[in-house]
Order: sequence, then C-alpha cells, then structure tokens
Amino acid sequence: MAGPDKRRDGTGSRGSRLLGAGALVSVAALIVLAFVATDADVRTHPTTGEEFGQFDAVRMLYLHVPLAVLMYVAFVVCAVASAGVLLRRTAWWDVTAYAAAEVGTVLCGLVLVTGSIWGRPVWNTWWEWGDVRLMTTLVLFLLFVGYLALRRTTTDPRLQARRAAVVALVAVLDIPLINRSVVWWENRTLHQQSTLAELKIEDLTLFTLMFGFLAFGLVAWWLLVHRFRVGWLEQAATDYDVAIALAERRFETSATDLDAAIGRRDNREDPV
Amino acid sequence: MTPLASMSGRPVVDVRRFLVDVRLVAGRDLWIEARSRVVVAQVVPFALLVLILFGFALDADQRTLDTFAPGLFWVAVLFSALLAVHRSARLEQSDGTLDALRMSGLAPLALFLGKATAVFVQLLALEAVLVGGLLVFYGVEVEDPVLLIVAGVLAGATVASAGTLYGALASGLGVRETLLPILLLPVLAPVLISATRAFDDALGVAAVDGWAWTGLLAATALVATVVGALAHGVLIED
Repeated sequence: MAGPDKRRDGTGSRGSRLLGAGALVSVAALIVLAFVATDADVRTHPTTGEEFGQFDAVRMLYLHVPLAVLMYVAFVVCAVASAGVLLRRTAWWDVTAYAAAEVGTVLCGLVLVTGSIWGRPVWNTWWEWGDVRLMTTLVLFLLFVGYLALRRTTTDPRLQARRAAVVALVAVLDIPLINRSVVWWENRTLHQQSTLAELKIEDLTLFTLMFGFLAFGLVAWWLLVHRFRVGWLEQAATDYDVAIALAERRFETSATDLDAAIGRRDNREDPV
Repeated sequence: MTPLASMSGRPVVDVRRFLVDVRLVAGRDLWIEARSRVVVAQVVPFALLVLILFGFALDADQRTLDTFAPGLFWVAVLFSALLAVHRSARLEQSDGTLDALRMSGLAPLALFLGKATAVFVQLLALEAVLVGGLLVFYGVEVEDPVLLIVAGVLAGATVASAGTLYGALASGLGVRETLLPILLLPVLAPVLISATRAFDDALGVAAVDGWAWTGLLAATALVATVVGALAHGVLIED
C-alpha cells in the first residue's frame, strides 16, 4: 500500500517553490549588484577637491528603500483586507490581513535596522530622535506589534478578527504621515525628499534600486503566500476541532438518550 | 426610536435626545466613579507618585526638573490614563451591562461619546492635580495659562477618545491589562509629543511655538473622536 504523499506536507506547492527559488536567486543577484557591481557614492568638491558623499554606506539604500516601499504595500494590503473583514466577514479576508500584517511588521523592522546601519556613517548616529519620518515609522512598527499581540489572544475568532481589523485600519493612518513627513516637516527630518520621484539617480544605480524592488517583492510575496497558507490551515484545524467537539457532544447526548431509553425499557420489563 | 432614524426609516437627527443619551452614559460612569472613588483614591495618587519618582530619579536637580517637567507631566498623565480607561471599559463587562445598553435603544455613538466624556472629565481633574504637583514639587511657573489649559483640554479629549475605543477593543480579553498599554500607547505618541511641546511653551521651558503644536493637538483630537465614534460601533456589535 502506498504511504502518505510527502509532497503534500507543509505549505509549499510547485508555484510557491518556483517563487521561492526566484526570490533566492534575485536576492543573490541584488547582493552582487549592490555590494560589488555598483560604485560607492564618492564625489569631489569642485573648488577644494575634497572627497565627499555617502561612500560605501549608499549600498545599504539598495536594501532600505525597496524594503520601505514594500512595507507600505504590505500594510495597505492588510488595511484593504481588514476593511474586507468588516464588510464581508469571511475568513479569507481575515487570514490575508493577518498574513500581510505579519510580513509588513517584519519588513518594517528591517527598514528600521537597515536605516539605522545606514545612518551611523552618514548621519553620524544610530538613532535620531528629531527625525519625524524615523519617529512615525517607529510608531507604525509599535502599532503593528500591538496588532500581532492582539492576534495572539485567545478569544472567539470572529470577534478577534473584527477587533484586529479596527486596530489595523487605525494603524495605517500613520502611513500618509510617514510618506509626507519629509515635505510637511522638512525642517524636522534628516531624510531627504524622494530621490526616485525626481529621478536624481541613473544607469546601474537606478537599475540596482529597481532590481531591489523586484527581489524583495518576490521575497515578500513568497512570505505572504506561505503565511496565508499557514493561517488558512490554522483556521481549518480550528474548524475541524470545533466539528469534532460538536460531534462528540452529540454522541454523548444520543448515548444518554439511549441509556435513558434502555433504562425505561428495563424498568418496564422488571417490575421490581 | 433611535436618535438618528425614525420608524419609517427616514433619517431624523434628534439632537436633543442624542445629547440626553450622551449625558446619561457620562453621568452614569461619573456617578459610579463618585461612589467607588477609584480615580480619586488610586489613579490620582499613582500619577503624583510617578511625578515624585521622576524627582527622585533625576536627583532633585532643579534645572533638570524644569527642563523635563512637561514631558514627565504627560508621561504621568498617559500612564494614569491607562488605569482610568481600563476602569471605564470594565464597567461594561460586569453583569451583561453592555448587552443591556445595546438593547436599550441607545445610539452606539451616544454610548461612545458618553463614555469618552466621562473619561475626559476624569482626565481633566487628573491634569489639574498634576499641574499642582508640578508647581509644588518641581517649582515651575506658568507663563501662558491659556495655552496650558487649551493644550490640556485637547490632549485630554484625544486620550479620552482613543482610550475609550481601545478600552472597548481590549475588554473581555484575558490579557487586557497587558494588551491595553501595548495597543494604546503607540497611538498616543503624537499626543505626548505635541502636548509636551505646547507645555514647553506654556511653562516657558523652551522657545517653541506652542500654539502651532496645539493646532496639531486639535487635529489629533478631531481624528481620534471621529475614528473612535466610527469604530466603536463596529466593536460593540460583537
């Protein structure tokens, strides 16, 4: 007799394995492009001849900027799915929101870490309390840490889904603040305004940055697919446990009824 | 008839009835507080204790206390507000009170605004006592009392609105005592920053435009109240 199909274990599928392989290759290529192929940011002052710029620290931006944009995307997906939870009240929206929030929080943490590593040589500090964009990003991270803490509580899943949806929809109000902070509070931020939108970079630098979006986009997508499948299996397992518990309860009830019926018949047969 | 809809289904905005409902809920919460005296006997002493502990931690250095008084004040307010919010949310959990309120025909918006108003009144009392604490223990002087009052009122309104929403959100959960600070404090971070800057100006601690920060506080209060009013109805449908 054939054993269980081992390929069905876990959350992988042919598509997700291809996606994972593509993500892995892309990240490897990105590392080569960012840390080997591109030049460091070294400029020369026209009059003094002194060298200035971000030097090798600029390579960190090939990771930091795509991670930041994909973080926005993940949280927006979470917000849309959360709205879906409130409007449609189905498990699909809830599992999507939870998966996107978890991926977004990981990306947000990486954005803060890569930004801090970049900031040490360029801003001469690991952390800048006066930077509005940094503060609003930190607040977003903390808001979603709270969201994930709420998701870990044990309560009625439908109730939890609605509460989490409200928390997510409030949290994403921070995203426009983060995005516009460099414009609205330009004197209270060390972050520069969008380099990409004004096309201040070109050639291999621009290509590497764009390739970063592709590589981390594939990674985020792969994480989202697997996290969604884990969540969906969790839902199915919970529903299965509930169905088993209900069946057991029904069986106990019918067994009690049966005992009672037998007892009555025995009583009829035995006049003592 | 609910205040916002008639029997025929046509919307009717009965503002007077709505305000009565808000006052009923707020009055009930405040009456319970007046009877139990949790805020007076526990929350206010806790807030003063936090102020005093900051004094110990900063080694009673008068210049440091002057500089940091606004920030310490608002940290003490936020920590104490958690207790008041927790208490307010717990009122609805006992004896099926929330179910009774839902079935009473009370508009969800009136319930939210009533509860937020009660927390707001308690926070204003707390802030007044803590300002006294700043004057006595930290020796600060108020240079712009109007700015101090306006900033205090707007920050209190934001904390009360956001607190009422998140209190409802964390209520009924086994871990609400630990969950509520994790959920609520990051949301209140903008209030902490804006209110501290406004108090910096009002107390003459730093050369900042306190009224500009108060404008930001007003925007925050508006957003917190609108979002809270919309989302609270969704939560209590549970």
